[in-house]
Amino acid sequence: MLYLASLPPAIAQGIIWGIMAIGVYITYRILDVADLTVDGSICTGMAVCTVLIVKFDMPVWVGLAAAVVAGMLAGLVTGIFHTFFGIPAILSGILTQLILWSVNLKIMGGTSNVGYPFGVEYFISTESLSKTFLYFAIILALLIGLFYWFFGTTLGASVRATGCNINMSRAQGINTDFIKVLGLVISNSVVAFSGALLSLFLGFSDANAGKGAIVIGLAAVIIGEALFSRITRNNFALKLLSVVLGGVIYYMVYQTIIYLGLDTNYLKMLSALLVALFLAVPYWKKKYFKKAAKKEKEVAENA
Amino acid sequence: MLEIKNVTKIFNAATINEKVALNGVSLTLQDGDFVTVIGGNGAGKSTLLNAVAGTYPVDGGNIVIDGVDVTKMPEHKRAKYVGRVFQDPMTGTAADMWIEENLSLAKYRGKRRGLGWSIKASDRAEFKELLKTLDLGLENRLSTKMGLLSGGQRQTVTLLMATMQKPQLLLLDEHTAALDPKTADKVLTLTKDIVEKNKLTTLMITHNMKDALRLGNRIIMMHEGRIIFEASGEEKQKLTVNDLLEKFSQVSKGTFANDRMLLS
Ligand SMILES: Nc1ncnc2c1ncn2[C@@H]1O[C@H](COP(=O)(O)OP(=O)(O)OP(=O)(O)O)[C@@H](O)[C@H]1O
Ligand SMILES: [Mg+2]
Repeated sequence: MLYLASLPPAIAQGIIWGIMAIGVYITYRILDVADLTVDGSICTGMAVCTVLIVKFDMPVWVGLAAAVVAGMLAGLVTGIFHTFFGIPAILSGILTQLILWSVNLKIMGGTSNVGYPFGVEYFISTESLSKTFLYFAIILALLIGLFYWFFGTTLGASVRATGCNINMSRAQGINTDFIKVLGLVISNSVVAFSGALLSLFLGFSDANAGKGAIVIGLAAVIIGEALFSRITRNNFALKLLSVVLGGVIYYMVYQTIIYLGLDTNYLKMLSALLVALFLAVPYWKKKYFKKAAKKEKEVAENA
Repeated sequence: MLEIKNVTKIFNAATINEKVALNGVSLTLQDGDFVTVIGGNGAGKSTLLNAVAGTYPVDGGNIVIDGVDVTKMPEHKRAKYVGRVFQDPMTGTAADMWIEENLSLAKYRGKRRGLGWSIKASDRAEFKELLKTLDLGLENRLSTKMGLLSGGQRQTVTLLMATMQKPQLLLLDEHTAALDPKTADKVLTLTKDIVEKNKLTTLMITHNMKDALRLGNRIIMMHEGRIIFEASGEEKQKLTVNDLLEKFSQVSKGTFANDRMLLS
């Protein structure tokens, strides 16, 4: 019974991680960049939202909007490191992540944890879950609709093209540096937005809450694709939805492990190993199972 | 249309791997010129085309397309003037995107990409008409992923993409070399048709000397980063493969026999 009771809040929190995973999907799958800014920008979203609401008495929507803008800035920094400074994407993300660690603490006034006042209920909360789910449904519909539209535009198509074949994209006149920055900005805005939601849902902001967020995001993307790719096929909206479901499933498994009383200290390790394994599968498939695919690749590389 | 003035390109300058890939190349193309480019491995042919396309900056000289000095212009801006097809069929298209999406990318080459739908109903009709001219049945497969097509089909579509918006300059770098002979021939015939119909100014690299003689109104031969021979008009028409071989052996002192040019 206790386990069943813990499910709805777990699903709710899973949806928030799923929203973050949409951001991860945009960089990792669409832009073909592994962006480690995420671990920092999710906390930036939390911190900005919480501090604006708690210390500056701003309405909730201002906190959410500011989190989105802060996420954009975080993505912009990584994008500039990557394109203008010529630093590899992974390292650029790590650098920004480190910068954000200081920035987030500064935003939170030097402490690593800021809470919302007790007894105040925001539009999403663990107390009124049915209302929370309703809002999540609206948010997901808007978010997925927005990206369905955006990636169908000529600008959105050039983001996809850049991730798919960067040389061809330049030959077609796409400013691939600009597109990469744009993709990082969009992605981190979603991630920071999910951070703001998380802070409202949990009732606090924590500078450590983002540790391993990228791994959770990747896990959500991978789980969503592995389980639902047959259903989603080429429908972009369904693909994004499957990523959110991937986040939900990930988080429910996580909760189950906690419930079973396994040592939670190992959870991050298990997640990381799981993601490593899933990332290896397509590589192994290519290397050991499809001789033809391998040959084809070699021909292309030697040409 | 295209002026290449004394262009130099040095790879890995001031290292032991220093390589002068272009050694003061000058070449002027008139409107509608179709120039075939031949030369041995490492002669600098691809480097010349890449320098014109802006893939990398050059170390000296100027490149002027249609009166605009593009020497310092980044590649994506130059794309406005240049249509390209590469040797590797994988490089010219986005494999994970649909045929119609690839065509739409090409439709906007050199134009502003904004927040309008990338493919409208009218585009789809236009793409169908264009694909019909290829006679590969692709007009019924608009939402097939590009990666599922054969190398020949992909090269054909790439050629279409490079020319659907008339480019000031068409650059072809051994675009049939990775195809089987029959397919290569088809793609080459199509190339000829498209170039003639649209009167495109074209630079085409090939290792096939017969093709180099058969197509175009001018021919240039490169060796060690220079243009060592050129012919045009009637003089070109009279050339034979043997003439070219001889010209080549004069400069390369016999090493030519090993070159893969001979194989074709
Ligand atoms: N990116 C690069 N970095 C270093 N050296 C390069 C690079 N590209 C080309 N080169 C060198 O420049 C020279 C000219 O190369 P290029 O590719 O232009 O030859 P090519 O005439 O196209 O030959 P092929 O017929 O083999 O395609 C070669 O010696 C090559 O090794
Ligand atoms: Mg070459």
